[in-house]
Amino acid sequence: MMHPVALSLCMAALLTALLAPPAAAQVPDEVLKAEAQRIEMLKKAGAATVAIFGKGGQGGGSGVCISPDGYVLSNFHVTSASPHLKVGMTDGNLYDAVMVGLDPTGDVALIKLLGRDDFPHAPLGNSDEVRVGDGCYAIGNPFLLATDFQPTVTYGIVSGIHRYQYPAGTLLEYADCIQADAAINPGNSGGPLFNERGEVIGINGRGSFEKRGRVNVGVGYAISINQIKNFMGYLKSGRIVDHATVGAQVATSDDGRVLVTNILESSDAYRRGLRYGDEIESFGGRRIRTTNAFKNVLGIFPKGWRVPLAFRHDGKLYETYVRLDGVHREGELAAMVAGSGRQQRNPRPQPRPGDDPNPRPMPQPEQPKDDGEDKDKELPPGHPPVKASQQKLPEIVDKVYEAREGFANYYFNRINQERIWDKLISHGDFTGLQGVWTVKAEAAGGLESTFELSDSLVVATLPGGKVEMPIDSKNPSLGTNLDPLGSGGLFASLHLWRRFLTGGINNFGNLYYLGTVPVPGQDELYDCLVGVYGGVECHFLFDPELGRLAVLEMFPAGNVDPCELHFLEYQEKDGRMVPARIEVRHGDAVFQVYKVNEITLNKAAE
Amino acid sequence: MTHYANAAPGSAPLPFPIATLHVPTMILRTDTQPTAVVRGHDSRPRPVALLGLMATAVAWLALGVMPAAASDLPKLIESLQPKMVKIYGAGGFQGLESYQSGFLISAEGHILTIWSYVLDTSYITVHLDNGTRLKAELVGADPRLEVAVLKVQGQALDHFDLSQAVDAEPGTQVLALSNLYGVATGDESASVQHGVISVKTRLEARRGVFETPYRGPVYVIDAVTNNPGAGGGALVNRRGQLLGMLGKELRNSRDNTWLNYAVPISELEQTVTDIIDGKYVPTELADPRPKAEQPHDLGRLGIVLVPDVLARTPPFIDEVRKGSPADEAGIRPDDLVLFVNDERLIQSCKALKEELSYIDRDDPIKLTVIRGQELLEFTLQPR
Repeated sequence: MMHPVALSLCMAALLTALLAPPAAAQVPDEVLKAEAQRIEMLKKAGAATVAIFGKGGQGGGSGVCISPDGYVLSNFHVTSASPHLKVGMTDGNLYDAVMVGLDPTGDVALIKLLGRDDFPHAPLGNSDEVRVGDGCYAIGNPFLLATDFQPTVTYGIVSGIHRYQYPAGTLLEYADCIQADAAINPGNSGGPLFNERGEVIGINGRGSFEKRGRVNVGVGYAISINQIKNFMGYLKSGRIVDHATVGAQVATSDDGRVLVTNILESSDAYRRGLRYGDEIESFGGRRIRTTNAFKNVLGIFPKGWRVPLAFRHDGKLYETYVRLDGVHREGELAAMVAGSGRQQRNPRPQPRPGDDPNPRPMPQPEQPKDDGEDKDKELPPGHPPVKASQQKLPEIVDKVYEAREGFANYYFNRINQERIWDKLISHGDFTGLQGVWTVKAEAAGGLESTFELSDSLVVATLPGGKVEMPIDSKNPSLGTNLDPLGSGGLFASLHLWRRFLTGGINNFGNLYYLGTVPVPGQDELYDCLVGVYGGVECHFLFDPELGRLAVLEMFPAGNVDPCELHFLEYQEKDGRMVPARIEVRHGDAVFQVYKVNEITLNKAAE
Repeated sequence: MTHYANAAPGSAPLPFPIATLHVPTMILRTDTQPTAVVRGHDSRPRPVALLGLMATAVAWLALGVMPAAASDLPKLIESLQPKMVKIYGAGGFQGLESYQSGFLISAEGHILTIWSYVLDTSYITVHLDNGTRLKAELVGADPRLEVAVLKVQGQALDHFDLSQAVDAEPGTQVLALSNLYGVATGDESASVQHGVISVKTRLEARRGVFETPYRGPVYVIDAVTNNPGAGGGALVNRRGQLLGMLGKELRNSRDNTWLNYAVPISELEQTVTDIIDGKYVPTELADPRPKAEQPHDLGRLGIVLVPDVLARTPPFIDEVRKGSPADEAGIRPDDLVLFVNDERLIQSCKALKEELSYIDRDDPIKLTVIRGQELLEFTLQPR
């Protein structure tokens, strides 16, 4: 049943249209110009907005196309984990779309339209520049009205920024979201919130509803587009991606400072020096004055990112980068998504700091229960999610879908691995060079070291003497030897570097594309492959411009600082680009910076 | 602003005289007829009228009549936010929010808000817009107008000047600032919503329809401004001038619709001034008056209060002795005492007993009570 407010607003809009005479001479030119611009903008914005339909007309929501090749953003609670979706656009066509990536915690889904390479799409704005009072437009498919695929436009202003909305359990957390009073109703979920320039500033997905039934009460929340930008590389990896924790809890003190009230000794934050009672100064580049502000920052970054943190310990200010851990345990998220459906879609508001400490029970609904099974009071304002299909996929979808545990669609992971590899070997192909590699390098102070790398042995001739690290290729255990002392495992890292370059993405071990990650001190995001071999996890980071290997991080175990090799400069050797300068870091210290004087790459002995 | 409406092609011939609109009852219906019913002064239903108004608003937006105003809006809002406060007090159970909104009305820290159960505690906390957390005192309240004044320690605080508040006509574009749903804490700013004043009318507080003691004029707003926690928020025009204070959530129990309204400042100003000047003070504040030599007491009046078990047990009447002055005046069990002799705001059983000790037993006593949702007054004659 449609709510009367919504209906009368629709009718009001209709009346406006009916009453409007074709033109009025007394209207100033700039007004007419502004109107024409707005109409044009909304036409474009509407063309990029899509209606997402469930199987057999069951449920659905909205989305927005953000690239000509058809990437579409929506809500997880709209798409669920369906491999195949039907998507309507304003051209009147119903397109097939395939699942790409899911962020169940952030309630974001990335899907891809199929069949064209020139889809109408909307530009992404900068949600950090949004101000309270800015005009905004929610475009979408409220009440699933868009049976002809023409979306509904509602206008409003931004009511609040940097809002924090508690998750349901561990899913559907809306951190740092944009609050707007544009009417957002069931079915608007997953649709775009545009600024007045027609740029996407957020994805609508949530509203405060409580006792008035699940219709607009002028309080809608949109996931900020900058958060989604942070997650975009992860989403394109075809994975089910996780949000982050720092392994510490914070609380706001009476004098308005944010203090650490609990910290895990196993966390990276602890290793970086953060302790109980320390004051958080800034996080992710933002000044932190409330617990919500801290949670807001935490909510916009994916698991595994390194984020700047400034804190005060014993009055002294420390600035560092902390590596964020995941909210969910291995496999937990995938299991939750696999069972996705009704049980998780039930967010509850939690007590907030400043509120009465007693948990606040939900008020009883007083509205008619008109939509049958879908009685979630607070959220999400979507219709029942699209149910995972048991049916055979159409050919166009089947070609681009690969089911694999832990992935929303492994196909997209594989093509990204291949993309990175192809770009990497354009600078030099090392496959087949299975013989001994000899690297002669000069450390600070002019002292020379030589590293000889082979499948089963690392031999290092260091200023202090010769060291060997044998590797049992049948049963490798690389995490147990972290020599040389203080490097965090330089020998093992070099071995893995050679293994990756000679064997490629298919022979390294269990390897997948993580997405894009920041590198401290760099503005752009780096593609990251993660490989597991010999009991250690290895992260390979590739610079965004050239696609060269920029950083190798070797984690010998969980909860331990990695050995980091930063390939700072490259040089040419026999038609291949090889490292010219390698910085070895461990924890907060630089272990050594090597200038590579000579590098010899031998083929296999046979 | 109305001349803009006339300039707009969509709204040139308005189907009714805006200024004389009078809405005697709820404007939005939820039954089978989904249109709004607005009565003109000829009192026949005019379903088109409200829609026309809304259409006018939509037309303005569609036409971009105020591009300049729109671009200044963030700046204007920024200048208003420091005047807004978040109020935390009693509640937090059974669906009762423990928070509400308010705004500063003096440089020294007076805050205007709605009178509600949230304030029924000695621990009222106020968060200023800059995140400063302060303990607030209840200066006084008038439950008949559902208005209360709090005071926090402060000086040179940014505030709304009530004497500068203006009246507004239907069609005025407005902003509502409030901490709806308690979404903001600490230094997070109040929420801002936009809308248009649909009508200025009297709130017909018929029992069983709108559960409120306030029956005076209100601005009815076309946006959903009166959400949980929004009561006490500020209604301003697009120039930032104060128009009214957002009221409580108000549900029409007949058709389950909700009214979004604000009380014009002009209705509140005198009372607020009186409260600040010392009228309507809570009895618990220091009392310089001499005690009566032969005071009233509850027993002689025939009133038995509920057991006084809390620090501030609400003064509910448990029992009225037959034939007593209270009985004859019409006091009934379950009445909640709000005022003694009009000006003394009673917040606890203790306070009621204390208040009686100032009144000579030969003098009549006027009690103002809440019965259900009705506010009733009774005069008890001494024996």
